[in-house]
Amino acid sequence: MSSKPPAELHSDDDERPGGVLVLACGALARELKAVVDANQLTGLRMEYLPAGLHNTPQLIPAAVEDRLAAVGARYDQVFVGYGDCGTGGRLDDVLERYGAQRLPGAHCYEFFAGPETFARLHDAEPGTFYLTDFLLRQFDRLVWRGLGLDRWPHLRDDYFGNYTRLCYLSQFPTPRLLAEAQDAADRLGLRLEHVPVGTGVVGPILVSLGMPTPVGPR
Amino acid sequence: MGDETLDLTTLEDAELVEQMHDDLYDGMRDEIVAGTEILLSRGWSAQRVLGDALVEGMRIVGVDFRDGILFVPEVLLAANAMKAGMALLRPLLAETGAPSIGKVVIGTVKGDIHDIGKNLVGMMLEGAGFEVVDIGINNDVQAYLDALDEHQPDILGMSALLTTTMPYMKVVIDELAQRGLRERYIVLVGGAPLNEEFGRAVGADAYRRDAAVTAETAQQLVRARRELKAAS
Repeated sequence: MSSKPPAELHSDDDERPGGVLVLACGALARELKAVVDANQLTGLRMEYLPAGLHNTPQLIPAAVEDRLAAVGARYDQVFVGYGDCGTGGRLDDVLERYGAQRLPGAHCYEFFAGPETFARLHDAEPGTFYLTDFLLRQFDRLVWRGLGLDRWPHLRDDYFGNYTRLCYLSQFPTPRLLAEAQDAADRLGLRLEHVPVGTGVVGPILVSLGMPTPVGPR
Repeated sequence: MGDETLDLTTLEDAELVEQMHDDLYDGMRDEIVAGTEILLSRGWSAQRVLGDALVEGMRIVGVDFRDGILFVPEVLLAANAMKAGMALLRPLLAETGAPSIGKVVIGTVKGDIHDIGKNLVGMMLEGAGFEVVDIGINNDVQAYLDALDEHQPDILGMSALLTTTMPYMKVVIDELAQRGLRERYIVLVGGAPLNEEFGRAVGADAYRRDAAVTAETAQQLVRARRELKAAS
C-alpha cells in the first residue's frame, strides 16, 4: 500500500479558504445575490445547486451531501440555503452529519413569506399553488413542461383540480412578473392573488452570517 | 413502421395482455379500453382481466416510477388508462358478487389537497379486491372517525404530500388510541415526503412508498390479522 494520497486530494479543492460557504438552491440565486450585494457580504462564498431539483426533492439530500463531502471541510462554517423542501427530514439528517444549518421552514414559500404569513395563507385556502419570482420566471420549464402539461394539457385538472388559487409570493415584483403571474393563473385555471413578501428571513440570516448590521435589499 | 396501427383483435391472449401492459405503460387509454373489451369478449372474467392485464401493467409502471424511469405525468396517464379499463370492469365485478378481501377507508389529511397518490393507491387496492371508501382530501380527525364508524373498514389509509401536513397523521392515530380504537384498524400511511421511520414514529402499521406495494402489504396484513383472529 502506498502512503501517497490519491491525486485528486492535491486538486484545488484541497485548499482551505475558511470562512462561510453558503450552499444554496439555484432557485434562490437572484435573491441571495441581491442580499449579498446590498450588504456587501464579500466574506460569503456562494455556491448553488441546480434549481431543477425543486421538481425532484428526493434527490436534494444526496446532491447536498455530495457537495458537503467534497468541499464542506474547507470552510469554517457551511450554511445550506434550502428549507426541508419536501425531503421529509432527510436533508436534516445530512446536515446533522456535517454540522451544517439550513434556512428555517418547510420550503422557500415559508421562509420568504415568514411562518405566520405562510400558515395564515395555507390555512385560509389549502388549495393554493405558490409561486416565487424564480418559479414564475421558470414557470414554463419547471411547472408547465415539468409536469408534462406541454405534451398532455388534459392532465391539468389531475394536478390542479383541487386547487383554487395561485398565490404569487413576490420578492422583487415588476409589471412584467405580475403579468406573467396572471398568465400562469389563467393557464392553470386558478384565481391569482399577489402577496408581496420580499426575501423574508433570508436577508437577516445571510447578513448575520456575513456581517453584523442588516441592510434590506431594494 | 411507426405509423402502422396494431389490430389488437389479431393477438393471442398472452400477446394481447403483454400489449396491454405496454399500452398501459404508454398511457394509451383507448387501447386499454379496446383490450379490456376484447379479453371480456373472449370469455375472460372481469377479475382475470383486472389482475392479469391492468393491475400487473400498473405494477410495472410503479416499479419504473420508483426507479426513476417514469415520472409523474407518465404515471398519471397510465393511471387514467387503467381507470378507463376499470370503469368497464367495475359493474361486472359487482355482478359476480365476489366477496371483497377487505374494506379500506382512505383519505388525504387535513390541510392537504393532493390526491394523485391516494387515488392511485385506491385504484390498486380496488384492483387487488378491496372495497375502497375514498373520503377525499383535507380530512380532519372527525372526518376520519366518522368514516371509520360508518364503514367499519379493516384498513385506514392516510396520505399527505406536504411536510407541513404529514404530522397530522399522528394526530389521527393518537386520537384513535385515546378512544381505544387503534387496534381495531390496520393503519397504512403514504406520500412522497414520508419514509418508514416516519411511519413507525407516528404509530402506523406500515408505510409504503408506492401503490402496488401498498396493495400487496394490505393483503398480507389483512390475511395475517384474520389468521390471528381465527387462531385465538
